[in-house]
Amino acid sequence: MERAQKMNKRANTRFAMERAQKMNKRANTRFAPTECEAHMPRRIGEKFRVLKAGGGKAFIPFIMAGDPDLESTVRLVPELERAGSHIVELGIPFSDPVADGPTIQRAGARALRHGYAMKDYLKAVERIRRQTGVPLLLFSYYNPIYRYGLEALARDARQAGADGVLVTDITPEEGEEYCACLERNGLDPVFLAAPTSSAERIEKIAACSRGFVYVVSRTGVTGAQQELSGAVRPTVERVRRHTELPVAVGFGISHPDQVRAVWQVCEGAVVGSAIVGAMEKVRDPSRLLPEVGEFCGWLTGKKNSHL
Amino acid sequence: MPAAKAGPFNGPDARGRFSGYGGRFVPETLMGPLEELEKAYRDAVLDPGFHKELDRLFRTYAGRPTPLTPARRFAAHIGKGRIYLKREDLTHTGAHKINNALGQILLARRMGKSRIIAETGAGQHGVATATVAALFGMECEIYMGTEDMRRQALNVFRMRLLGAKVRPVDSGSRTLKDAINEAMRDWVTNVADTHYLLGSVLGAHPYPWMVRDFQAVIGREAREQILAAEGRLPELLVACVGGGSNAIGLFYDFLREPGIRMIGVEAGGRGPALGDHAARFEGGSKGVLQGTLSYVLQDENGQIAGTHSVSAGLDYPAIGPEHAALHDSGRVQYTSVRDEAALEAFRLLSRTEGIIPALESAHAIAELLRRGPELEPDTLVIVNLSGRGDKDVNQVAEILNQDDLKGRSE
Repeated sequence: MERAQKMNKRANTRFAMERAQKMNKRANTRFAPTECEAHMPRRIGEKFRVLKAGGGKAFIPFIMAGDPDLESTVRLVPELERAGSHIVELGIPFSDPVADGPTIQRAGARALRHGYAMKDYLKAVERIRRQTGVPLLLFSYYNPIYRYGLEALARDARQAGADGVLVTDITPEEGEEYCACLERNGLDPVFLAAPTSSAERIEKIAACSRGFVYVVSRTGVTGAQQELSGAVRPTVERVRRHTELPVAVGFGISHPDQVRAVWQVCEGAVVGSAIVGAMEKVRDPSRLLPEVGEFCGWLTGKKNSHL
Repeated sequence: MPAAKAGPFNGPDARGRFSGYGGRFVPETLMGPLEELEKAYRDAVLDPGFHKELDRLFRTYAGRPTPLTPARRFAAHIGKGRIYLKREDLTHTGAHKINNALGQILLARRMGKSRIIAETGAGQHGVATATVAALFGMECEIYMGTEDMRRQALNVFRMRLLGAKVRPVDSGSRTLKDAINEAMRDWVTNVADTHYLLGSVLGAHPYPWMVRDFQAVIGREAREQILAAEGRLPELLVACVGGGSNAIGLFYDFLREPGIRMIGVEAGGRGPALGDHAARFEGGSKGVLQGTLSYVLQDENGQIAGTHSVSAGLDYPAIGPEHAALHDSGRVQYTSVRDEAALEAFRLLSRTEGIIPALESAHAIAELLRRGPELEPDTLVIVNLSGRGDKDVNQVAEILNQDDLKGRSE
């Protein structure tokens, strides 16, 4: 009896993976939205499609929502878009961020001091969405989401205008219900692929991801690095064997040369700690927006100077 | 994937779940290393040579089997019961932590790792890890919260003496939880040559399963010893629960005996307000922390709450997933003991038995004191004396000043 249930479950998982693979293919080969997508625009996939058509690459900044406060976050995102960002990753802070280095830990701690609830972050997403159509990817850890309720979060995040979710401590193995909830609500689950991921794991990750696959540039936590890791190209190539989804690379990217190098191997570059670190250095709060805008311009090669 | 070698009651299943609790909630970079560790452990479990070597180290290095000591004067103080102490305090390094450290370092060697990292709260696991790293000639770094370094200065010195680097962790509450975060970050960065020697039945699969198996030697020995001493099995087992490795180590071999009551004792700290204790079953709810789904102390937004206990080894906001399963099934009863009761028990056991218990173990002693009136004259009880209290005497001296001790002498 129990064994039969387990086998059923396994069969369902395989079915879900095959379906996800098919949907991935569809999303990449057909430009017209499918019926179910017609009333739910997939902004992330659409953004990559438009960029590809124009020969462009995606610049994807990360900021921590609530750092230094949510009011600033709401004003920062449109500024990031003006400064040449194509997708914005919005961190929802967690007290115990094991995947993050000191810079993003500090940003999370600053946000947590305000004591915001999940609904405050979602309200901020809603206010951002009223100002801009830039695709928004929520980036967090599992516990705050688990506590809020998976289904409730997927529904409310979608209603607020988010487009995808990346949870650093959820992998495809633990992500069955999570993916189903996001899928039902038209949100893209984005998973990480690491240099340590086996071929078997990369296949699973590619099958469960939508929007794009996020390749971690190296083993380690988030944080600015001088050199781009040699692991980037082989990992991106291994991911490509299993999916036609766009690939973006993040972790450690902090210089325009690195952004350009990443763009040569994939469709998008994610910059987190360098931007958060630049925000920390801004002493005059009224200068936050222009300085961050200028820094992003520098990273993408549009401006020569930075902070 | 072959099913995990299921225990008599709770598994885990192939996904590392104990009746739903547990699992593997970690960043992708750690999934490969965890799969590698699981495979190495599965191979080791089936290899008689591995068990033979571990058993040899238990006997010739750790000082096993540890005695089962009748606590007659302590029982007389309570007035009822036949009470035995399982003397994990008499192992080499002075706590049960050495059992797991030896098991895991053998695995690390099988996997070809050259560097060992670990977290520590009270310092006992850090000392055990530094010890086995010295024995096997491996590089060793121990993460420890600065608050715990202050409370357990002696253990910090011991680790350094053993050749380990002690890395102070100044983030968050500066205790065990934050040390684990930092150790996980190190592991994510250095996975190629590093084994993370996690010290309790916590974290992602396969740790809760593997650490339990290494600690289950406590209960296996206790069963033989109590049968030899009394000709019957005990009626009650009591152990303190931080992550829960000494408790599961004692309980595991007895779980299949329906007649045996088991009590896990959490840290009640200063009182019931969130942040003042580490009683996960009283004040916590389901959540995911550091790789595993279990009971977690958290606020309404899913942020992990601060904890307090006089005992650094119990000062942690989550509990091992197998304990969560044992709690929900009702097989094990969980309760909590406050700081002052633990301190009282610390003092009482020292005076009645000539045994200074670790503050962690003193929580189990305190629970027995409280339960005294419920016992029958011949109720057979085993308390796990998980560690010795030398490490705690400075801290206790600060709390109970010398005059206070003199004033209360008999």
